[in-house]
Amino acid sequence: MEFFRIHRTIPFMRHALILNIISLLTFLAAVFFIATRGFHLSIEFTGGTVMEVHYEQSAPVAEIRTAIDALGYTDFQVQNFGTSQDVMIRLPVHPDEDTAAQSRTVLSALQAQHPDVQLRRVEFVGPQVGQELLHNGLMALLFVVVGIMIYLAVRFEWKLAASCALANLHDVVIILGFFAFFQWEFSLSVLAGVLAVLGYSVNESVVVMDRIRENFRKQRKASVREIINTSITQNISRTVITHGSTQMMVLSMFFFGGPTLHNFSLALTIGIWFGIYSSVFVAAALAMWMGIKREDLVKPIKKDGPEVELG
Amino acid sequence: MNRYPLWKYLIVLAAVLIGVLYTLPNLYGESPAVQIAGAKTAIKVDQNTLARAEQALEQAGLHPTAGSFEMNGPVGTVRLRFDSTDTQLKAKDQLEKTLNPDPQNPDYTIALNLMSASPNWLTALGAHPMYLGLDLRGGVHFLLQVDMQGALTSRYDSMAGEARTTLRDAKIKNEDVERNQQSVRATFATEADRDAAIDTLRRAMPEMVFTPGQSGDQWLVDGTLSPAAITQVQDNALKQNIQTLHNRINELGVAEPVIQQQGADRIVVQLPGVQDVAKAKDILGRTATLEIHMVDDSPTATAALASGRVPFGLQRYDDRDGRPLLLRRQVILTGENLQDAQPGRDQQTQQPTVNLTLDSKGARIFRDVTRDNIGKRMAIVLFENGKGEVVTAPVIRSEIPGGQVQISGSMTAQEAADVALLLRAGSLAAPMHIIEERTIGPSLGAANIKQGFDSTLYGFTAIAIFIILYYHLFGLFSTLGLSFNVLLLLAVLSMLQATLTLPGIAAIALTLGMAIDANVLINERIREELRAGLPPQQAIHLGFDRAWATIFDSNLTSLIVGVALLTFGTGPVRGFAVVHCIGILTSMFSSVVGVRALANLWYGRKRKLKTISIGQVWKPKQD
Repeated sequence: MEFFRIHRTIPFMRHALILNIISLLTFLAAVFFIATRGFHLSIEFTGGTVMEVHYEQSAPVAEIRTAIDALGYTDFQVQNFGTSQDVMIRLPVHPDEDTAAQSRTVLSALQAQHPDVQLRRVEFVGPQVGQELLHNGLMALLFVVVGIMIYLAVRFEWKLAASCALANLHDVVIILGFFAFFQWEFSLSVLAGVLAVLGYSVNESVVVMDRIRENFRKQRKASVREIINTSITQNISRTVITHGSTQMMVLSMFFFGGPTLHNFSLALTIGIWFGIYSSVFVAAALAMWMGIKREDLVKPIKKDGPEVELG
Repeated sequence: MNRYPLWKYLIVLAAVLIGVLYTLPNLYGESPAVQIAGAKTAIKVDQNTLARAEQALEQAGLHPTAGSFEMNGPVGTVRLRFDSTDTQLKAKDQLEKTLNPDPQNPDYTIALNLMSASPNWLTALGAHPMYLGLDLRGGVHFLLQVDMQGALTSRYDSMAGEARTTLRDAKIKNEDVERNQQSVRATFATEADRDAAIDTLRRAMPEMVFTPGQSGDQWLVDGTLSPAAITQVQDNALKQNIQTLHNRINELGVAEPVIQQQGADRIVVQLPGVQDVAKAKDILGRTATLEIHMVDDSPTATAALASGRVPFGLQRYDDRDGRPLLLRRQVILTGENLQDAQPGRDQQTQQPTVNLTLDSKGARIFRDVTRDNIGKRMAIVLFENGKGEVVTAPVIRSEIPGGQVQISGSMTAQEAADVALLLRAGSLAAPMHIIEERTIGPSLGAANIKQGFDSTLYGFTAIAIFIILYYHLFGLFSTLGLSFNVLLLLAVLSMLQATLTLPGIAAIALTLGMAIDANVLINERIREELRAGLPPQQAIHLGFDRAWATIFDSNLTSLIVGVALLTFGTGPVRGFAVVHCIGILTSMFSSVVGVRALANLWYGRKRKLKTISIGQVWKPKQD
């Protein structure tokens, strides 16, 4: 079985300009939505209400979950607390109800199930993650961009480094844009997913760059545009198979993984597709616009060295 | 050309063995337990403590399923297992009553815990299970009450100092400025002085409300914090305490705790199970701050000390051996000027020490003070739980520049390590104590955990089937390589005693999804070489060789991302980064060395190899 029977090089760079303009617009739209709409942050970020309830018999944790789910909460925790009869419930901040009203609604829903339930305590809880998470997150992003640029500048060349880093940034901002636009719940696991994309998308760009460098060495007469096209074409089957496999894993989490992994895999799915797109059309195209040349990647052969390298 | 020397096969084999051995403990569960540790240095926990605890439980009709005693360095710990959390709670209450007859001054720290149920031979090998996070397994829940009065008291103390300085700078004569319960009281001899003082103080300290008063022939000013300032102080105290708790728990190496504010003046701390909960509990509420004072050894002071009086401007403290010392009230340095504190040993005496590094301001003050006071004594006072004790009071022999200070006194190595930890983590803005301790169940439902776990299994199976269909035998090699990768990853995470959460499991799954990349790169390369007409053996050789450069670059850049997240991430982000980084390393090893070993083992000896099973290799028609 072989999927790709490609006879000739696919002209990827033919529409690069239009696609780059679309990319830029998407990127700006993402920034706009992040700035204006913000994120629908989960209980870990916002804090909320904590309730402690007591049952005469063993507490039916699964039933409690169903009851609260039916009230329209998507983001809550129910756990046994000390004994099997005590249960702690955490609810996110509700825009229309205060802590007391919220707990009354939940309690009456629970009493409808089991009349013997008693409320032991209701309190406000602060967020689990501190303000420093934002600061640290931005620091990490900065470190990643700078670190990748330095590494790629040493291993490859600064134009490729800059375009890889930009493509990477592009992907992360666009995922965040999706979460802001659709107001999907942004939890700590989504954050982890976004961070994973950070590693994932740079990986893809580097594989393409690696091929471009190799082809610059092998094909000494081809134009820059041709080389980029050839490199992407040669890699296309690997790109599809690798990402297809990762996507299989992610789709499995998306459909079967339950609520916790749902948005995590959503973030990854967007990340995978934009990662592929951006390494082909953003990273490679940017390198082309920046005027990457053979001399940038293939070091001039020293005079006293052996003649030509083997192609 | 595709042969490995024996030692390379042996390395792969050894890696598989170690992988299995260290992954194994994760298959055994955990059971609820109660952990007993000494709360004071003088209290020794030993075999007798275990017997005593078991006897006490027997009398209350509670039966532990197992009891064990363990020496960890000089510190002993007793652990008792129970079959349910209900008996565990009862047993804890019973032990608390029997072992700590005076709750105000407990001899033992008794804490709820979860214990690994793996067999002893595995534990003896140092193979422990990973901690399961609060979402998967639950853990131990502490509710801490922050003493807001305490926060205000210490604020008033420092306000009194500030008022004293302000008045001295303004050259207003006063008889005394002291904290008077929850206010600052300044006393003056004349009305004019007092009125001048009120004006000055109001300007200098806008957050205070000053009211004039009179008592006998003395003129008074009482200053209290405005309601807004009080809220501010309490808010800050809570925030600082949460921050300090974060630092302390991180220092203890507990991964993925939950620390959050509850209500107006309480803090929730939740720790995942199987940790040293007794130790964590001991560290949670302890306050430790440091002050450096000068010792007054003048003849008058010594005489006063002998007669039991404390002259004005001096304070009496005891050192570790109970000998009294008179110190000047003026504080030279506090813990605020501390940059780092590490336990160490004195190079000459081999005594345990705490080595302090001061910040630039602290170092400057320290240098000036030591230069001006050669021949005098300086005392380092450690305040623990509000009680000050002189750790050491050395004579200053020479000027000490550079801000490196060594504290040595009669300390054990453990005490030195604890003190260093507490100093390093920062001080608590207000004292707090544990008012509630419970075990908590997992925050995710059982169904949810199963879903999360199963979905990663389905994903893995789907990848395996696809890869085998597409690459045939090489697909099987890749699948085995991936399984090897999972094994290594789990083993390393278990060795590091990482905390596994559901997002962590997802990260492992994702690492697998990404690790397939290396295999695909290799297989595609081999196909490409075959397409170019190379004989199979050479194609395998070149395929692995050429793919390596790409694998190296792409993984190393991913590793940079991982390291960035590890450096700057906190809590869950860090947990994710750990999985990510280790996953990259294990996947490089398993795909480049592990899969290569398999391919070599299978094909390496076949000299006249005509075809290899890597799926159909399509060749474009020649133009």
